[in-house]
Amino acid sequence: MSDQLVALSKVNKHFGPLHVLKDIDLGVARGQVVVVLGPSGSGKSTLCRVINRLEPIDSGTITLDGRAVPAEGKALARYRADIGMVFQSFNLFSHKTALGNVALGPMKVRGRAKADAERTARELLDRVGLADKADAIPAQLSGGQQQRVAIARALAMEPKLLLFDEPTSALDPEMISDVLDVMIELAQSGMTMIVVTHEMGFARQAADQVVFMDEGEIVERGTPAEFFDHPTSTRAKDFLSKILAY
Amino acid sequence: MDFVWDQRELILEGFWRTIQLAALAGGLSLVFGTLLAVMRVCPIPPLRWAGATYVTVVRNTPLTLVFIFSTFGLPRLEIRFSFFVFAVVALTVYTSSFVCEAVRSGINSVASGEIEAARAIGLPFRQTLSLVVLPQAFRAIVPLLSSVFIALTKNTSIAVAFSVTEATSILRRLQNQDASATFPLLIVTAAGYLVITLALSFAFSRLERRVAAAR
Ligand SMILES: Nc1ncnc2c1ncn2[C@@H]1O[C@H](COP(=O)(O)OP(=O)(O)O)[C@@H](O)[C@H]1O
Ligand SMILES: [Mg+2]
Repeated sequence: MSDQLVALSKVNKHFGPLHVLKDIDLGVARGQVVVVLGPSGSGKSTLCRVINRLEPIDSGTITLDGRAVPAEGKALARYRADIGMVFQSFNLFSHKTALGNVALGPMKVRGRAKADAERTARELLDRVGLADKADAIPAQLSGGQQQRVAIARALAMEPKLLLFDEPTSALDPEMISDVLDVMIELAQSGMTMIVVTHEMGFARQAADQVVFMDEGEIVERGTPAEFFDHPTSTRAKDFLSKILAY
Repeated sequence: MDFVWDQRELILEGFWRTIQLAALAGGLSLVFGTLLAVMRVCPIPPLRWAGATYVTVVRNTPLTLVFIFSTFGLPRLEIRFSFFVFAVVALTVYTSSFVCEAVRSGINSVASGEIEAARAIGLPFRQTLSLVVLPQAFRAIVPLLSSVFIALTKNTSIAVAFSVTEATSILRRLQNQDASATFPLLIVTAAGYLVITLALSFAFSRLERRVAAAR
């Protein structure tokens, strides 16, 4: 299909004897938002990491824009530059300011001039609500602020796809909505996103498709309404009853 | 004491030689030690083994042996330099292994998540290293490097046995001329080393405070 931006087909991944991804098939159309959920250890992070090939796969194919993921070297670095990734633990470069974090990729990977990269970086920091924090280093920022800088850093590469791996799980409750607001704005602007999160509100509001994983398999998929209101598998029902219990 | 004062120029010359040895070997060790550390963490196994072997062998060899190899071994391989250059080579070979281990510990202290983030924005290995990992590694190891360089400064005195006229060899020569001046000479020489190492410590602790503020 030509409107598929990302397509995973029969993807398998092992860590030693552990079969972490089992025959994963997943297609994400351009502009779509896919929310991935599932219990801890079900392979959600690994799914994100194989998509930008921070981890190699054992079998199957992954394509971005119809092209297979390069195995290594310069081509792989360029491929990764087209995919933004936002981590649970922010992972900002701790020796650089917010501005430095956002401008680094465009300068060093895209070869843009410093002034140009910094101008764009300031616009992006403004977009995530942190225009006044450009010169702060990560240690001076709250978790929510760091995560928004991390989102700006990913956006600065003008990615085709954004991966979020539990972006709000390490945040204090009062900061979660700041980050989710930014993500919802991105989703509405037409960004293609794969988001691992248990934030049901976000899923209902922004997701086109919800994918439920357990033990390395995609057990169920559907629209947020279908999945949350009428889960079909026992595993999904169990999982939902647990996260909804409180 | 008069004798020491009369010989002040010679003594200063000796210390100037000591400083030259330490500065040259220090600068070169920083470069080679960092290269070795990069070899030890790079994805190419033979380079990793080569780096590890170098460090294991050199760190466990007495410095005097390294000097003997440099001063008497290299000429046998038709490599001929002045004794001063041989001394710089020996000190660099030796000190690089310590710098390597310091830098490697600095590299290991960098959060693995930041390295992932660097790869995720498309930085290749070399740039991940030079833009993200090494700047943080060096900030973390300023105190370690300080003691490596102080040890180096004191180690320069081994060159006395290999015909380099640095501070300790001047001490020995003058002491032979006037045995009664032994104690004043010893004190002055020890004080000279102290001045150099204290200056180094001072410079490094200022550096440490500066990078701490930037972290
Ligand atoms: N680098 C690794 N080496 C070995 N096992 C791993 C590694 N990364 C993840 N795993 C294992 O793979 C399984 C899936 O992990 P992960 O993808 O992180 O799950 P999730 O993000 O859904 O919690 C877990 O059992 C985890 O312990
Ligand atoms: Mg995870």
